[in-house]
Amino acid sequence: MSSTVISHDAAHHDAHGHHHETFLTKYIFSGDHKMIAKQFLITGIIMAVFAMTLSLLFRIQLAWPDKEFPILEVFLGKWAEGGRIKPDFFLSLVTIHGTMMVFFVLTAGLSGTFSNLLIPYQIGARDMASPLMNMLSYWFFFVACVIMVASFFVESGPASPGWTIYPPLSAVPTAIAGSGLGMTLWLISMTLFIASQVLGGVNYISTILNMRTKGMDLWKMPLTIWAFFLTAIVGLLSFPVLVSAVVLLIFDRSVGTSFYLSDLVVQGQILPNEGGSPILFQHLFWFLGHPEVYIVVMPALGLTSEVISTNSRKPIFGYHAMVYSLVGITVLSFIVWGHHMFVTGMNPFLGGVFMITTLIIAVPSAVKSFNYMATLWRGNIRFTPAMMFAIGMVSFFISGGLTGLFLGNAALDINLHDTYFVVAHFHLVMGSASIFGMLCGVYHWYPKMFGRMMNEKLGYFHFWLTFIGAYLVFFPMHFMGVDGVPRRYYAFTEFAFMEKWMSVNLLVTWAAIIAGVGQVAFLVNFFGSIFWGKKATQNPWNSNTLEWTTPVEHIHGNWPGEIPTVYRWPYDYSKPGHNEDFIPQTVPFSETMSSNMPHDFEGNEEAIRIQEQWNKENNRVVEG
Amino acid sequence: MNLKINNGFKSIAGLLLLISLFFAAPVSALQNDSTVVDTTVVADVAATTAAATVDSTAADSSATATVAADDASTTTTATAKAEEVKKIDPQVYKNFFYYVLLFLVLCTIVAVIGKIHSVYVLTRKMNGKYNEYGNNNLQAVLFLIFLVVFLGFVYYGYDVWGSWAWRDAVTEHGKDIDRMFMITLVIITVVLVLTHIVLLGFTYIYRARAKRQAYYYPHNDAIERLWTIVPAVVLTVLVLFGFFTWRSITNVPEELQKEAIQIEVLAEQFKWNIRYPGTDGQIGKRNYKLTTPTNPYGIDFNDKSSWDDLQPQDIVIPVNKSVRFHIISKDIIHSFFIPDFRVQINAVPGMTNYFQFTPTVTTEEMRDKMNDPSYDYIMLCNKICGEGHYNMGKKVIVVTEAEYKEWLAKQGKYFTEDLQKEFASNNVSEGVKTASLN
Repeated sequence: MSSTVISHDAAHHDAHGHHHETFLTKYIFSGDHKMIAKQFLITGIIMAVFAMTLSLLFRIQLAWPDKEFPILEVFLGKWAEGGRIKPDFFLSLVTIHGTMMVFFVLTAGLSGTFSNLLIPYQIGARDMASPLMNMLSYWFFFVACVIMVASFFVESGPASPGWTIYPPLSAVPTAIAGSGLGMTLWLISMTLFIASQVLGGVNYISTILNMRTKGMDLWKMPLTIWAFFLTAIVGLLSFPVLVSAVVLLIFDRSVGTSFYLSDLVVQGQILPNEGGSPILFQHLFWFLGHPEVYIVVMPALGLTSEVISTNSRKPIFGYHAMVYSLVGITVLSFIVWGHHMFVTGMNPFLGGVFMITTLIIAVPSAVKSFNYMATLWRGNIRFTPAMMFAIGMVSFFISGGLTGLFLGNAALDINLHDTYFVVAHFHLVMGSASIFGMLCGVYHWYPKMFGRMMNEKLGYFHFWLTFIGAYLVFFPMHFMGVDGVPRRYYAFTEFAFMEKWMSVNLLVTWAAIIAGVGQVAFLVNFFGSIFWGKKATQNPWNSNTLEWTTPVEHIHGNWPGEIPTVYRWPYDYSKPGHNEDFIPQTVPFSETMSSNMPHDFEGNEEAIRIQEQWNKENNRVVEG
Repeated sequence: MNLKINNGFKSIAGLLLLISLFFAAPVSALQNDSTVVDTTVVADVAATTAAATVDSTAADSSATATVAADDASTTTTATAKAEEVKKIDPQVYKNFFYYVLLFLVLCTIVAVIGKIHSVYVLTRKMNGKYNEYGNNNLQAVLFLIFLVVFLGFVYYGYDVWGSWAWRDAVTEHGKDIDRMFMITLVIITVVLVLTHIVLLGFTYIYRARAKRQAYYYPHNDAIERLWTIVPAVVLTVLVLFGFFTWRSITNVPEELQKEAIQIEVLAEQFKWNIRYPGTDGQIGKRNYKLTTPTNPYGIDFNDKSSWDDLQPQDIVIPVNKSVRFHIISKDIIHSFFIPDFRVQINAVPGMTNYFQFTPTVTTEEMRDKMNDPSYDYIMLCNKICGEGHYNMGKKVIVVTEAEYKEWLAKQGKYFTEDLQKEFASNNVSEGVKTASLN
């Protein structure tokens, strides 16, 4: 309640504004959404670099399985004895790479950053509904990251049963070394992470529903906000299920229960567990795991919608269709999880049902892609680095999404399940697409976050390296998958039919190394521009949304005076009759008489009458 | 204003140069060293080895000195330390710093090129010749070039890698899967090519130009409906096709299930155990609690149908006969995956999964077709199962009916004489116990 009062009473707010800000309250335990967004982003970037390094390590192993790299031993010690990565450490690398990328980078780093930054800014709120929960959300996430990284300092090594941590492999330490203390740390880290996501999600939803400024009805919200809103709902409904899965696994591991375990003889030892089912875990895991894919990709879709519209200088095509397809994805994402389990021994009839729901979810995704293209049509496209990444994102979303038609089809999945085809598919559609959505957001909203511009030239350099690199890395993997090469294989040396792929592995690894090193261009640009970037203007991209009406210098409460009122939707770009190619949401229709359309008034007869009178007086002819 | 643009970049470039200089000073010596080593390898090898030996001997002798001074109990740790010192060759560090330096030089070059470009842009601006849309056009052209290269790359992939990857299925149901795969492939390739031509073509055609205004076009319900319905119809066709194929593979009528040859596969870390039913056609019961070192499979020999169960090394199956696999696991989840057969099902502890199929091409025929006399069908583990996961395969051999019968007759039984004795003695003692209880 009090925050509502504050948000509409500027004078009252000013009296509040002079908190004593110490280093600790400003940078560490900050409740300010802008600072928390930066914390999420920088932590996410650090995690991304860490996880990317892990991926380079296992790519090196795959490209040169017989070669020694003594330098690896310097850094990794016994896990790379003699300069060669060991098989169980290889599995740890794969596991932690996946976990960090999916959860820490693409969930927290992406939606954590931009939900926090943009929700209050774009709906016109002074801050989040609960700054305290917001702060807790970050610190839970931070601790989760620390614990996950700490598992590299454990004697038995980090968790290694794949990011899906299927029991019994993850439950029985005798089956694999990583399932000892490393797995315990993984589970603790994930529990904290889920707490962070739930705190964040509640906050995002309540902020969007309750704290929109005057005039900002749901259908005037930018697509970014719609995407964050629906993402938060998906997260809030699905993450708790993962908690239950994780907690039951902790019980199985530490207390001796048998939720997931039955009939086990591991290393000649008959285990006492009876009556559990490993399939139960898979159901619980994928009930989160599949929506998680959309948690990762929907914010990216939201950010690119905004960036593509702004830089095409055109309204996003089919705003309502874009929102409805997001809603469709949200609902359907909860009933498709079984497509990860077609060949696990789930009832085959159920597999058939999941196959139908899975292919239905391709329809809203297709609508979104077509609408992006229609937005570009007859636009006036400015290629800012953000726009480059947005176009790249659409390309990945299409090329990765299309291969989903194979995997979603239960009959075809028989031969492709768990092969490199799957790796290629999800790295394109959710990995690369989401990373590109995130980078597009970073380049676009950097001036808002740090008050400075990023270097454009380095931005283009970074884009082309990453875009070409990602295609070179992931596209060839489809063919390995069709040939039947399983994922998570330590080396391709043991089976004759895989040996032909060694040359492709070399190509993939070199592309990965070059694209990976190319990220230094981004890091230099990102961290350098904080200090030395060109000072940003208030609205550098000539954008319509509310965040660009705030001053460049961050202030407590975002707007110095009253929160602006919103009069129109956020996509009035290049409206015929207006003297500029954009009309911010805060401009009332009375100031844009020359460009108003009958549709704008939503059936308000008085306004239509005034407009018609004006049109007559000024000899303006309105089409449609 | 214009100068300010470059201030940030200048500082970055300067910083990079500074960093590289900082590293260059001490490391260049190392780098020279390593280049010397690189270029005059032949001449220097002896010298380097000698130096290395001297180094390690020095380390050794110092370690020995420590050992001598210390208690005998620390001997082991000291030698361990000495070994460590020996193990990491200084050349390793040299190489590492060499690459770091190389990278920094690369950074500097990039920075210098950026700098030169900035200067160029500035002079153009001062002469009033600067084209505001120059960079925009450049990026649009690059997207167009990318489009061409990308389509070429896709073609190359299909042509070269596709031919490496593709082998026709050698099972009856696999043919249905292949047909559906091809139909889907054609659809997605057409969509991929068209959407990319449109996406990247539009970015080129509608790049920003002076005096150009975008067309205000917020929606068109008819078009949107069209591109909702068309994908929906295409997907419905694929779904129906896929659904019926899937049902025909997984939903085998009961009498066909019974007619098939039954084979049990037990997965464990990191090998596969195979059990054929023997003459009675029945696979005996298994109880994991009965697992012992002599009976690692855990076969329940109280069930008499287990007495004639066979224990072969490879999976051998007759061509054109329906085979029903019972897939079980001893420890953790594995996956029974035969790419050539389009067969996969997980091996899950605590439950039995089934996969029934009919192979249509014998191994010999396949070898002729592939023109590779050593070609074999292979069954792989396709679910992450531990450090030996990448090396957990089993040969699958498809033979003619006659060869199959001949081969089957030669296989040994699980119920070996040793086990029979053990079983008999156990039964006697259990019998005694029961008697005494009564």
